[in-house]
Amino acid sequence: MSDEEDDLILDELNDEELVLQMYDDLYDGMADEIAEAVHILLKRAWTPYDILTKALVEGMRIVGIDFRDGILFVPEVLLAAGAMKKGMVILKPLLVETGAPQLGKMVIGTVKGDIHDIGKNLVAMMMEGAGFEVIDLGINNPAEDYIDALKRENADILGMSALLTTTMPYMKTVIDSMVEQGIRDDYIVLVGGAPLNEEFGKAIGSDAYCRDAAVAVETAKEFMARKHNQV
Amino acid sequence: MQTLIIACGALAREVLALIKLNDWQHMELQCLPADLHLRPEKIPDAVEAAVEAARGKYADIFVAYADCGTGGLLAARCERLGVEMISGPHCYSFFEGNETFAARGEVTSFYLTDFLARQFEAFVWKPMGLDKHPELLEMYFGNYEKLVYLAQTEDAALTQAAMQAAQRLGLAFERRFTGYGGLDMALTPRRRSA
Repeated sequence: MSDEEDDLILDELNDEELVLQMYDDLYDGMADEIAEAVHILLKRAWTPYDILTKALVEGMRIVGIDFRDGILFVPEVLLAAGAMKKGMVILKPLLVETGAPQLGKMVIGTVKGDIHDIGKNLVAMMMEGAGFEVIDLGINNPAEDYIDALKRENADILGMSALLTTTMPYMKTVIDSMVEQGIRDDYIVLVGGAPLNEEFGKAIGSDAYCRDAAVAVETAKEFMARKHNQV
Repeated sequence: MQTLIIACGALAREVLALIKLNDWQHMELQCLPADLHLRPEKIPDAVEAAVEAARGKYADIFVAYADCGTGGLLAARCERLGVEMISGPHCYSFFEGNETFAARGEVTSFYLTDFLARQFEAFVWKPMGLDKHPELLEMYFGNYEKLVYLAQTEDAALTQAAMQAAQRLGLAFERRFTGYGGLDMALTPRRRSA
């Protein structure tokens, strides 16, 4: 970080410059600067939803692209996510007050036998940021936990995550249970995790494999739009 | 004509030790960088390039990798290339024995081998950014309970290093001696093609 950047006064930037600076600050994992910028935009009468989607989610989308391209690695993505989280903590209560749009409800968790929740947490955060309600079941979920939550919460989307090649086949067990119960087509099923690929996603009967959190958001939006069109 | 073992760099010492121990003079070792494990999607292409470069020069080529996070893609590639590889999900599993490892069902254990105990700083601590951002420790290891050191050799210094690694990660420690396990079993049949 240069001296020039250290001296940057966020409040002196116009909206466009400030949002671009937020992209940079997210990229660099600068949580305090993100919190400051969020407060500035709120003072300038931005809606919490616009701050989330236009500044934070978009900034994280850029981080995601560079992660996919091998420019950024997991630690940088986690620091960026930490910065976004700091912004979201400020915005979350305000989103409820201002009646931000709800795009749908997602139940998410890592599958049975898998405790690796970094990717799942990123997706949950990005989905929330984009306007979805997220029911996070945490780690190590058997099929019945997913299915019970989907029914109980009247959810639209199931998101399953696995990091291990030994645990990813369990996603098929969950989907097969949904088929057996005749509820598979009631939900959009998205899967993700480092060892998965599109082919695997299709083979197990999911609706889509999402290679990263930003893709998960876009895919969820797309499927929800299709669902609404059907209705 | 020789047998070529194309191995993960994390298995170099172990393969060389087995070659020496068994006097497998017909075997040659070629290692691919161990840090491919940080981007496992690159392993199949790297293995294929090595296999193609060696074709015709060896009587037999064997790939000393397990699935190693490739989600079945390495197995499919090896099948297409007509070469064998080690069965199992990863080296933790085949060192201990795939059936034994699976039967334990240890969801909350983090594993080190001799290689990782020796290279903990370079292959765990630094790539995870923990040298610069120790605050990430909870995010990475918050769901783990125990570090299991799967020891290939009797080495007090490595055991000490593994214990220290467990302390740094805030995990309980357990040492299990596995020897070369499935690696030995995978390489032994290659004698026939010498």
